[in-house]
This record gives sequence, C-alpha cells and structure tokens, in this order.
Amino acid sequence: MSKKQSFLTKYIFSQDHKVVGVQYMILGLLMALVGGYLAYVFRYQLAYPNQSIPGYGVLEADKYNSAVTMHGTIMVFWVAMPILLSGFGNYLLPLMVGAKDMAFPKLNMLSFWVFFVSALTLISSFFVPEGAVGGGWTTYPPLMANPGFTGVGWGAPLWILAVALEFASMLMSGINFLTTTITMRAKGMTFFRMPLFVWMANVASLIFMFSVGPLIAGALMLLADQLFAVGFFLPEKGGDPLLFQHLFWFFGHPEVYVLLLPALGIVAEIITVFSRKSIFGYKMIIYSVLVAGVLSFLVWAHHQFVSGIDPRIAAPFGLTTILISVPFAITMFAYIASLWGGQVRFSTAMLFAISMIVEFLLGGVTGILNGATASDIYMHDTYFVVAHFHYTLFPIVFLTSFAGIYFWFPKIFGRFMNETWGKIHFWITAISANFVFLPLFFVGIAGNHRRIYDPSLFEHLKDFQYLHVISTIGLFVLIGAQVPFILNFFISMFKGKKATENPWEANTLEWQAPSPPGHGNFITDPVVHRWPYDYSLENTEKDWCPQTEAI
Amino acid sequence: MSSSSILNTNPTHEVEQTTCLNVPNHRWGMWWFLGGEVAVFGGILAVFILFRLRNPEWAQEAAHTLTWVGSVNTVILLTSSLTMILAHHFVTGGGAQGLTLEQRASKGALFILLTNLLGISFVSLKIYGYTHEWHAGYTPERSLFWGFYYFMTGLHALHLIAGLVANSVVWVNLMKKRNLQRVESVGIYWHFVDLVWIYLFPLLYLEVSSGG
Amino acid sequence: MMNWLPENVSTYGTDMDAVMHSIWNIVFVWFLLAEAVLFYFLIRYRKKKGQRAKYKTGNSLKEMSWVLIPAAIVLMFDLGIDFYQNPVWKKVKIDIPQDPDLVVKIEGQQFVWNMTYPGLDNKFGTIDDFKTTSQLYVPINKKVVFELSSKDVIHSFWVPNLRLKQDAVPGRVIKGWFEAVKNGTYSIGCAELCGSGHGMMRGQLHVLSDKEYQDWVYKKTPKKAKKALEAAADSQQENSHE
Ligand SMILES: [Cu+2]
Ligand SMILES: [Cu+2]
Repeated sequence: MSKKQSFLTKYIFSQDHKVVGVQYMILGLLMALVGGYLAYVFRYQLAYPNQSIPGYGVLEADKYNSAVTMHGTIMVFWVAMPILLSGFGNYLLPLMVGAKDMAFPKLNMLSFWVFFVSALTLISSFFVPEGAVGGGWTTYPPLMANPGFTGVGWGAPLWILAVALEFASMLMSGINFLTTTITMRAKGMTFFRMPLFVWMANVASLIFMFSVGPLIAGALMLLADQLFAVGFFLPEKGGDPLLFQHLFWFFGHPEVYVLLLPALGIVAEIITVFSRKSIFGYKMIIYSVLVAGVLSFLVWAHHQFVSGIDPRIAAPFGLTTILISVPFAITMFAYIASLWGGQVRFSTAMLFAISMIVEFLLGGVTGILNGATASDIYMHDTYFVVAHFHYTLFPIVFLTSFAGIYFWFPKIFGRFMNETWGKIHFWITAISANFVFLPLFFVGIAGNHRRIYDPSLFEHLKDFQYLHVISTIGLFVLIGAQVPFILNFFISMFKGKKATENPWEANTLEWQAPSPPGHGNFITDPVVHRWPYDYSLENTEKDWCPQTEAI
Repeated sequence: MSSSSILNTNPTHEVEQTTCLNVPNHRWGMWWFLGGEVAVFGGILAVFILFRLRNPEWAQEAAHTLTWVGSVNTVILLTSSLTMILAHHFVTGGGAQGLTLEQRASKGALFILLTNLLGISFVSLKIYGYTHEWHAGYTPERSLFWGFYYFMTGLHALHLIAGLVANSVVWVNLMKKRNLQRVESVGIYWHFVDLVWIYLFPLLYLEVSSGG
Repeated sequence: MMNWLPENVSTYGTDMDAVMHSIWNIVFVWFLLAEAVLFYFLIRYRKKKGQRAKYKTGNSLKEMSWVLIPAAIVLMFDLGIDFYQNPVWKKVKIDIPQDPDLVVKIEGQQFVWNMTYPGLDNKFGTIDDFKTTSQLYVPINKKVVFELSSKDVIHSFWVPNLRLKQDAVPGRVIKGWFEAVKNGTYSIGCAELCGSGHGMMRGQLHVLSDKEYQDWVYKKTPKKAKKALEAAADSQQENSHE
C-alpha cells in the first residue's frame, strides 16, 4: 500500500478483514462480560432469594426478568454470533482460502460498525426509563407487544432495533463470506480442498441468510404492534400470538446451527493439528452438515409442542427433530474417530477443543428428551431445557472460542499466550462449568420451571434449593477463572513468546502467511496442491504437509 | 478465469475483480443479498396469505384500496424496469459494444435518471393513495387488513426509496465515468423491488375472493 | 436421573414417566459409550516419543462404516423412541375424553388462575356457576376436562405432579384433560414468562375424594343459587306427589 495509514484507518476504521475480525472478537468478549455479570446477578438471586447482591443490590422481580432476557439476548446475538461467526470467520476465512482480503472490504467495515451501533443500542436500553425489556429473549407477544403487560416502555422497541441492526450486520458478513469463498479462492483451492472451518462458516451463513428473513418481518410487525398497536399478534384485533412464535422459531432453531457449525469448524482444525491426524471422513462430515442444514428448516415447531398449536402437527415435527440427531451423531463420531491412531498433544487449545466435544455430547443427547413430544410436555420450559441448551451453547460459545483464541493467538498477534496460565484457565473453566449446569438438570426434572425469580416459593421445589446454591457457587468460580485468561490475553499480546509463521506445524494456508500477516496477507500468492489434512503421511520426513506443498 | 473486458476498462477499479463461473463477485454479492430479501418478503407474503385465507371478508376490504393508483403504479414500475434494462444494456450489456466510455456513461446516466423519475412518481402517487385512504377512514384501526396493507406497501416503498438513493449514487458515478459495473447491481435490485410489487398488487388491490 | 421426578398422581403420568425413563436410559448409554471411546483414544493415542500418527482419512467406505454403522444404529433407536412415545402424546393431547366427569374453565390472568366451575347442575352459564382463584379442586379417579384460555398474555398451566403442561393463549380456548389418582395438595405454576409476577403465579391442585368434592361444591355454590335449585327440586317433588 502506498498510502500511509494512520492509527485511525489501521485499527479503528479498517477495511482489513483481520482487523475487522479482531474487532468483532474483542467487542464480543466485552459483551460476554456484560452477559456474565447478568448471570451472576440472577444466579445470586436464585441461590439466595431477596438478599442484597454484592455489586448490584436487591433484585426486584421485574428486574430479574430483564436480567434473564438480556443475558440470553446478549450471549446469543452479541457474544456467540460476533465471536464465532464474524470474529473467527472474518479473520480466518480469507486467509484459509488464500485471498488477500474479503470480496467487499468496505461492506465488511460497515458490518462491524453497524454491529457496534447495535451493541450500543442494546446497552442503552438498560438506562432508559423503566429499563431493559423483560419479556424473555424469545420476546413472545402479547407480552412484548404491549407496554402495559411488561411495564417497560422504551426498552422493548430498543431491543427490536438493536436486534434488527445486529441481523443487518450479520447479513453483510454472510454476503462477504459466501462471495469471498466463491470467487476469491487461491489457485488450486477447489471446494473440496477447503478447510472444514470454511465450509462450516459458509453453511452457517447460508442457514442464517434464509432463516432470518421471516423473523425480520416478524420483528417489524412486533414493532408496529408496540408503537402503533396495529395488532398483528393481538387477538382482540384479529391477530395471532402464535404466529410470532412460528416466525421466531423458524429462525431460532436454525440459529442454533449458525452457532454450532463455526464451532465445529474450529474444533476440527484444532484436533487435527494436535493429534497429527487427518480429519475422519471429510466429505461425510460436509454432507452431514448440509443435510442437517436443510433439516433445520423443518423442526421449528418442537419449541411449540405445548404452545397451543394443533396437537396433530406435533408428531411430524417430533420426528424431524429426532432425525436431525443423525447427521450430528455422524459428525461427532467422525470427530472422535479422528483421534484414532493419532499422537495427541495436550496443548491448551487442544484441551479446550476436546472439552467442547466432551460437554457438548451431554447437551446433544439430552435434547432427545425435549424433541420427543411426550416427554417434552413435562420438560418444556423447565430447567431441564435450560441445562440442555447450556450444555450445548457453553461448549459452543465459550470452550470453542477459548480453544480458537489459544490456537490462533500466535497468528493474530505474533506471540504465544502463556500455556501454564492457559491450563489453569482450562481446568477451572471446564470443571466449574459442570457445577453450574449439571444441577440444573436435576432441579428441572424435579419440576422447576424457568424464569421464576424465587423457586423456594413453590412447595415442590423447597427441598432443592441447595442445587441452586451449588450452581451459583460454580458460577462464581467460573467467572473467577476468567481473570487469568483476561490477564494472559493482554499481557501476551505485548510480552508473550514470539511465534514463527507456523508454530503448530499446521497445514492450512493461514500458517503460510507471516505472523501476524500484513496487509494483503501473503507474501507470495499461494498455490494449493492438496487438501488441508495431510498429517503424518507415510514416507515423508515431517509429519505435516502444507496445502501449498506440491505432490 | 476471464472477467469480461468491458469491466476491466474501468479506470478506477478499487476491488480486485474476481469471478467464479464467469460471474463477477459484485453480482454474487447482490444475489446473496437478494436471497436474504426473498426470505423477508417470502415470510411476509406467507403470513399475509395465511391470514387472508382465514378472513374471507378481506376481499371486500381490498375493494377499498385505490385500485387505479395501484394499477398506474404497476405500469410505472414496469416501465422503470425497462429503462433500467436499457441503462444496463448501454453501459455493460450488449449495446455497449463499439461505444466509447463517454458514450456508455452518458447513455447510462440518462436511463438511470429516467428510472429515478419514474420511481419518484411511484412514491408520489403512493403517498397520494395513502392520504386518500387514510382520510376515508381506512386506517389500521378498521381491520388488520389495513395493518397489513400499510405494512407491506410501506416496506416495499422503503425498499424503493433505498433503490432511488442507490441509483443516484450510481448516476453520480456515471457522470464521473467511474464504477460502471455498479449499474448492473442497482439494476438487479431494482428488478427485485419491481417483482415484489407484482406480488403485492393483486393481493392488496384486487378484490379476489379466496375461492370456495 | 429420572428418579428426581416428583411423585406422579395422574393416569397418563405413568406412561409419561415410562417414556422419560426409557429415553433417558437409551441416550445415557450412548453418551457413556461415546465418552468412553473418546477418553480411550485420548489415553491410548497420547503423544509418545519417537512414534508417528497413522495416516487414516476415513474417506473410504470401509473406514466410513466405523462411523456410519453406529449412526445407523442411532437412527434405529431414534425411530424406536419416536414410535414408542407417540401414542403417549396422542393419549395426553389428542384423545381428550368425550364423556368427562367434570369440565372446568381455567383462565390465566396476570398473575392468577381463574377457575370457573359449572356447579351442582354441571352446566356452564347457569346461576349456580362459581369461581375460585388459583385453587383447583377435583374429585379423585374422575376424568377432568379443562378449557384453557387467557385474559391478557400467554401463560402456561403447569402441574408437575400431573405431568401436565399446556399454554394458555389469549384468543383461543384450548382443551386438555387429566385424571388424578391420589388424594392430596399439589403445586400449580405458570411455565410461560408472563410479566413481573410470573414467578409468583402459583396455585394449588386439591385432589379430593368423591364425597369431599361434592361437599365442597355444595359449600361453594352461591346461596341464591342453592335456594333456587332447592325450590325447583321441591316443586318437582310436589308435582310428582300429586
Ligand atoms: Cu430448536
Ligand atoms: Cu407466567
């Protein structure tokens, strides 16, 4: 570049996909602090009802609702999406396909700043009169359609506005991912030579793009109901409250896979590098994920079995839901099989990647109890569901992001994170998470329904209060365990051990670029000769073989 | 891969022009964008049709929309699609062969301008229709049909206005003889907005009974 | 794990508990198997000096079968679970008794449950109808049908001991049923977030013996209605004497 870049254009208003990616990650991590703080607040209330919470005060019932609503909203839309899809996606995708940048760098910058504004909008809703909305992250009307029902005025439209901006930002990212992957691959980078992460990010973008439309429509209609009482979802005006649920879950279930797939991509890259093994059944995994992507559009009503829909349409949705476990069973088995015959090195990144599989499996299998219509009558909207999706989302969002950060940190900043502190971070995080979420299965089975701010008010739950206490103490430890991570992150950025361009001896293209890669990524345009998983080939000296190496 | 030579003559090309299957990336990008838009309008249309089937009496409500406004606007939009096709035709399409850069840009600018004039007349007529209907008492208060009517046509009008803005940017580009490939992008978008209207018009303006 | 379920007191609850127990047992075995293989690989194939990993891509059909065959078995279990549990769903949600012993109207309202009883004559819209707030009284071993509705927002009628949950949606009347088999008092909750008082939206289900229930209904019937009914009964008696 001949133009000299100022600090502002290089790090703030940058069009470089790497900077945009890191911006997404850091903003996502900051939002995770907000989401974590909210979890601390309401978990404290659940364990020790109506006591003054250190760092907050007494939590009123309506503020409890706001806290759980905003926790869910933030963790899904402002932590998981930006870190997994936009963060890692932006940073890695062009590098992995051997491109100099995204197809539309300006659009990319715009997408981040729209996201930034969306985050500000959401945070600002805490500070308007009556505070943030407390209608649940699913924002079901009529509760959310009428300020009279929640007692929240501006919080509700601000919530919708923030989510709409966030969707716009993610759509821009998705357009960039898909176009970049299609038109900007390096010479020789055929579709079936792309790393799994690239596949996963693209399928996730596609799923997002085609599922979010109806919800955007629904959100605008909800906004019209809130502001002008039009009545799309209000029965007294001829509207239908269940309609919104359909629009929401038509997006909501695929959204789970929008988060899961990039996470699976990250885990695939890491377990292959640290077991020195090829992934097991590359195409099988890709086809499974494509099948799951299509199926994900046909399962949404499993969130509505007892919502008042015609009970006769529950059975087909129960069937599709149970069937969608098959492609993911294939994927999980394939990941486990990838370790077979390997040489596993337990670096911090690898530990996190493995723990993702270990914990996700429990989240996966417990989903069957919610997908089966009969057992869902009982399990629906209890803590069993809460435990189930935290056992999927915690591994997806946090364990995977940590794995990815420890793994690509040397590429991003040219320095390693400290491994000892990394392992301390890992063990406390991975173990304490189980103390947070395992008890919730038990209280859920015992009949504890969701979003009640004091379970001890219910006769049948009085005996199980101690489980809430265990969960909350687990959360204290889990949050405390993030302190070494945050310190490690910032100190290593400046003081960490210097990294060479390919410190983990990996095959994918990003490791052929300098650490950190400069503007334009590669010093010479890469030419790809092979797929990315040629680890431990027979009859070669080194046990890896970069994609650029000729056959 | 060979990207078309017409595109490469563009003097100030910022983005590296890459293609797949001979489709340049700006076209891929526009298609993906419209893929998302199809899902938005698809959702709305599906919802409306469901409600419409549940409420046969809405056929009478549709009789109260100003059908002549809708019809004239349909003609206007179809014509504007034609001028848009001509703009593309002379800038980067079949008609650009043998023309100089100046000729292509100026012809393109002319047709983009015509498209925008038609677009502005559409919006003006729409506003006239709204005020007329609103003052005649056909507000969303009356029935949910009118909620849908203002919501769907309003969202469409916003898309059209966004198209007008994009067209204006491209018009300025053409006057400066830059970014000629953008004509195609705004063109695709314009046709999409036109297409949405083709669905809205019979659903909202014509008194079609829901059969049976 | 499913031993943590609260005591079941409904007829169909037995079937639902059986479903939950068997699904849990199946998926838990699969979970343990997958984890066992995973941990076995981690230990068996940990890095050892001077050893090299095997080049195994899993791209041939023969190798893929190591994954596809277990997945096919998963599929069979899936279908088995689905076919096994479907009749239970049908029993609870679709096959609502046509000849109930009692019909109650239940209406959700921020933040109470309004119960309307048909009274002594078992008919709604008559003078002996009466209401209770968040207290549901039913006779034991009788088929009770409820007509669920909501006055404002969505609520969800939730009685853990009956294994019963059904959303109450404004603008709709949703029918459901249960038959309680054990005397006692049980928690009722609202399982759908409905506003600031959602956590306090509590109620109780009282399962009474037939006699107790009849006494309770008689006690709850408004005085005026009782008089009118008695007068009607008297005049009928007089008529029959003549
Ligand atoms: Cu789902
Ligand atoms: Cu509630």
